[in-house]
Amino acid sequence: MTETIIWRIRFPRVVLATLVGATLSLGGLVFQALLRNPLAEPYILGISGGSAVGGIIGILMGLSRFPGVGLAAFCGSMATLLLILMMSSGQTILKKDSLLLSGVMVNAFCTAVIMFLVSLTHDSRLHNIIFWLMGDLSSTDIGQVGMLSLTILPCFLLLFWFSNTMNLLLMGKEMAQTMGVNVKAVTVILLVATSLMVSATVSHCGLLGFVGLVMPHLLRLVLGPDHRILVPACVLGGGAYMVLCDLLARILPQQGEMPAGVITAMIGAPLFIFLLKRSKR
Amino acid sequence: MNSAIVAMDLTFSYRNTPVLKRISFSIRKGNFFIIIGPNGSGKTTLMKILCGVLPAQNGRLEIMDRPCRNYTRKGLAKTIALVPQMASMDFPFTVTELVLMGRSPHLGMLGLEKEEDIEIARQAMAFTEVAHLASRKIDELSGGERQRVSIARAICQEPKIILLDEPTASLDLAHQVRVMDLMERLKEEKSVTVVMVSHDVNLAAMYGDDLLLLKDGRIISLGSPNEVLTYRTLEEVYGCTLLVDKSPVGEFPRVTSVPGKFIDSSSR
Repeated sequence: MTETIIWRIRFPRVVLATLVGATLSLGGLVFQALLRNPLAEPYILGISGGSAVGGIIGILMGLSRFPGVGLAAFCGSMATLLLILMMSSGQTILKKDSLLLSGVMVNAFCTAVIMFLVSLTHDSRLHNIIFWLMGDLSSTDIGQVGMLSLTILPCFLLLFWFSNTMNLLLMGKEMAQTMGVNVKAVTVILLVATSLMVSATVSHCGLLGFVGLVMPHLLRLVLGPDHRILVPACVLGGGAYMVLCDLLARILPQQGEMPAGVITAMIGAPLFIFLLKRSKR
Repeated sequence: MNSAIVAMDLTFSYRNTPVLKRISFSIRKGNFFIIIGPNGSGKTTLMKILCGVLPAQNGRLEIMDRPCRNYTRKGLAKTIALVPQMASMDFPFTVTELVLMGRSPHLGMLGLEKEEDIEIARQAMAFTEVAHLASRKIDELSGGERQRVSIARAICQEPKIILLDEPTASLDLAHQVRVMDLMERLKEEKSVTVVMVSHDVNLAAMYGDDLLLLKDGRIISLGSPNEVLTYRTLEEVYGCTLLVDKSPVGEFPRVTSVPGKFIDSSSR
């Protein structure tokens, strides 16, 4: 009995939490380097929201969770990514605030679409969708986790391969170019890889906000700005952080459990405000 | 061949605004070459084309006797290094880490440095006199120190040509001379070709072997400081009354602006 609980229920859940935390932290790290904005993060930029819209449409169409919903979520995230980049690049310059603002707007729009889709749903799928949206790690088995890691782990390796390039990108796009970086190609590769792994996690366990903000900043404080160290550190640290949040979500309520997304947002949102205030100075 | 850069009929427009209009010039190897001109004359655009950040829309560009388009990105990075006007240094790298980034075009994807790369970085830092700052964070340094770190990074790239975009613009008098002397030494000791964009005509007169005077995307004058910096040419280009005489410290001209004598209000 105990064995069953540990291996069939707890173990997949912990692995899932690790993968999700690692993905979202790494996603935040990549976006922060690429857009040279310390506040960039998949959730804040609306990439997660876009994936969720795609995911819900997938669920409502009755697609299987993998690869159907995953693919729909990936399409959603790519669409929002393109939208944000188009909106914020008036003169091909990604200004700090314009990017953040377009992200917030896209996120708001995605939320509205999600609400709309939820309001149309009346059958048993409703509860599933809502709980999933809040960031839910509970319903998983080891097969699903295996599928997810097949999508995500290659992305981790790819991003690690580009970690020194991310260091160069911190000096600005033009400088990176004069130091031998093919900026356009690298930007596309990084954005697509990040969106792919983020949408894969969103299609599995919904919206977990601000994880991508907390871990990269914390690790940068401790380890410095070198991405060759930060990329593996984000995978490890982000994974550990998510497992912790999920543990809290499981043991804090007296009855049942709350979604882990509640915990991540409760820690992450105040930190976001703190960072925003500090960066304005 | 003894030209580091040959430009033939370079043309560039942003949308419909022409910025460079059929510019042709060549820069000898081992030259200290300074590009001057008023704001909006196309200096920065020219600089970006020379280092491959912008493509020339027309004309021909040869770098070290090879057409620019034949270079790979890394190959070009090993030939030309850029020192930007305001190096972005928001992230707290140490001076050594930043200078070592200059080795990237010589290294593989992960940029793992070998002992010799660290030695090259050490020498570059010694050359620009920032060795004592090696383990300091870059965002704690003064403007002059940052500029020298940025130059050390460019030297670490081991380029044949080094481009500088207004390196003295925000520096005090002592640091201006220090940076210019550094470039002079780089030219003499390592026979690197130095190409600089500058607003400071007097520094240009003192250090430049050849000057290129740009206005509205055209070359107005090209030659030695004594040939280019005449009051006739300068007054026409800058649209204000200027006094040009001989510098008290050497065989080059000195330019003095005269208060309240702005001539042509239609010029930029």
